[in-house]
Amino acid sequence: MRISTFLYNVRQGFANIWRNKMFSLASVATMTACIFLFGVFYSLGVNFGSMVKSAEENVAVTVFFEEGISESETETIGREIQSRDEVDHVVYVSADDAWDYMIDDFFGGNEELAASFADDNPMKNSANYEVYLKDVSRQEALVEYIKGIPGVRKVNQSEMAANILTDFNRLIIYIFAGIIIILVAVAAFLISNTITVGISVRKEEIAIMKLIGAKDTFVRQPFIVEGIAIGLIGSLVPLLLLYLVYGGIVRYVSEHFNLLSSMMEFVPVNDVFRVLVPVSLILGVGIGFVGSRVTLKRHLKV
Amino acid sequence: MIKLEHVSKTYEAGVQAITDVNLHIRPGEFVFIIGATGSGKSTIIKLLQKELTPTHGKIIVNGRDIAKITRKQIPKFRRNIGVVFQNFRLLPDRNVYENVAFAMRVVEAPKREIKKKVPQMLSLVGLAHKYRSLPKQLSGGEQQRVAIARALVNEPKILLADEPTGNLDNQHAWEIMRLLEEINERGTTVVVVTHNMDFVRQMNKRVITIKKGVVVSDEQVEEASDAD
Repeated sequence: MRISTFLYNVRQGFANIWRNKMFSLASVATMTACIFLFGVFYSLGVNFGSMVKSAEENVAVTVFFEEGISESETETIGREIQSRDEVDHVVYVSADDAWDYMIDDFFGGNEELAASFADDNPMKNSANYEVYLKDVSRQEALVEYIKGIPGVRKVNQSEMAANILTDFNRLIIYIFAGIIIILVAVAAFLISNTITVGISVRKEEIAIMKLIGAKDTFVRQPFIVEGIAIGLIGSLVPLLLLYLVYGGIVRYVSEHFNLLSSMMEFVPVNDVFRVLVPVSLILGVGIGFVGSRVTLKRHLKV
Repeated sequence: MIKLEHVSKTYEAGVQAITDVNLHIRPGEFVFIIGATGSGKSTIIKLLQKELTPTHGKIIVNGRDIAKITRKQIPKFRRNIGVVFQNFRLLPDRNVYENVAFAMRVVEAPKREIKKKVPQMLSLVGLAHKYRSLPKQLSGGEQQRVAIARALVNEPKILLADEPTGNLDNQHAWEIMRLLEEINERGTTVVVVTHNMDFVRQMNKRVITIKKGVVVSDEQVEEASDAD
């Protein structure tokens, strides 16, 4: 196909949008609403995900050793745990460290009482490894594995915390996926409707094209351009809105809600948009393209 | 150029449109196909464009058996056939120039060729000065001349005109007929479907008469009798 023919069809696609103003506007508005909602849920998802992730990072499995175990055996256990796929990092807490933490946590402001233990460290059998996971959903399997390592006396885990975080993560993913599927279906349906109206409005023109000797691609191209353009405009507008709204909310919360902003940290706007921009554009253009292709196949027998 | 051998067409509803039609139209001929409404004239035009497929028989157009033309080859096949309709079928939102250029764009002609040929075609049909007008700003005769320019701009070997004067007054109808004759004199084969006997009697051309889907006469006439 000649470049001039392609450009002519691109112009015709935009002319279609103009001729079909009201339907095109409705499609762009719906697409805008869909992508905007998608962006909102994505931003919420990313922030929840980030919160869950930081909560996960604080959930650790504590591994205690048999009494009288040698230092080299302790190190071997540490290496074995660290070599596991699901393990993020392992921290060794010596008996002295454990006692120091105890002093800080329980004897804060009452150092005399702590001093009464003198050289007798009550935590002498409490040297341990704190094992931090990449993914808490794999905690149970890891605990089972560690229990089987020779020299391990006891493994402490917060099963409930791990389960809650895993379930919460899964719930967010399901809700997110469900909403996206509904939004994509609604947007595709509306674009398809606009193209159907466009085809019926231009029925005569299409008939003439066919009689004169137009190829299928020539007849179809303007409609594809129309679908893609609606998808593109319908994703650029909400991205701009989201950028302004998200940035505004992050600023407002950090300025006016000190407690909230100290509890949670918003994912920076640029980090959110690094993924949101390409995904929204692909989604918008993709829905426009697929919506118009499917409609053409159904309604345009050329 | 155009050959129909034992061609019949029955529509899905069981209506027999034409029965065992045999025709041979040579290159450069001017032929009238006459007959009453529903006699099968337009079916022949549609068969020649491969808009319809015959139920029986063989159709040869421009040396090609159209039964052997695949769906993909139809566009190229149709580019050698110009068509003119009773109701002009111009694009109402585009001006005269754009309506004619449209036919060239459809066949993906280069831009410079469009710029060169469209004015030439508009001069031929006598509408060069109205290239900016919209169809609604033209008379019926002028609209039909635009339609003829559109049909001819890709230089087809055959021009099919389906009741080209049906919506025109006598004076404009004659202008169109003279234009079609001029086009024929330039070498294009012209097939005109009509029920206007005035032209048929006065133009001294070959006349094929169809009655209830059957060719009842095919003659070079000075004066043809009405089919019905």
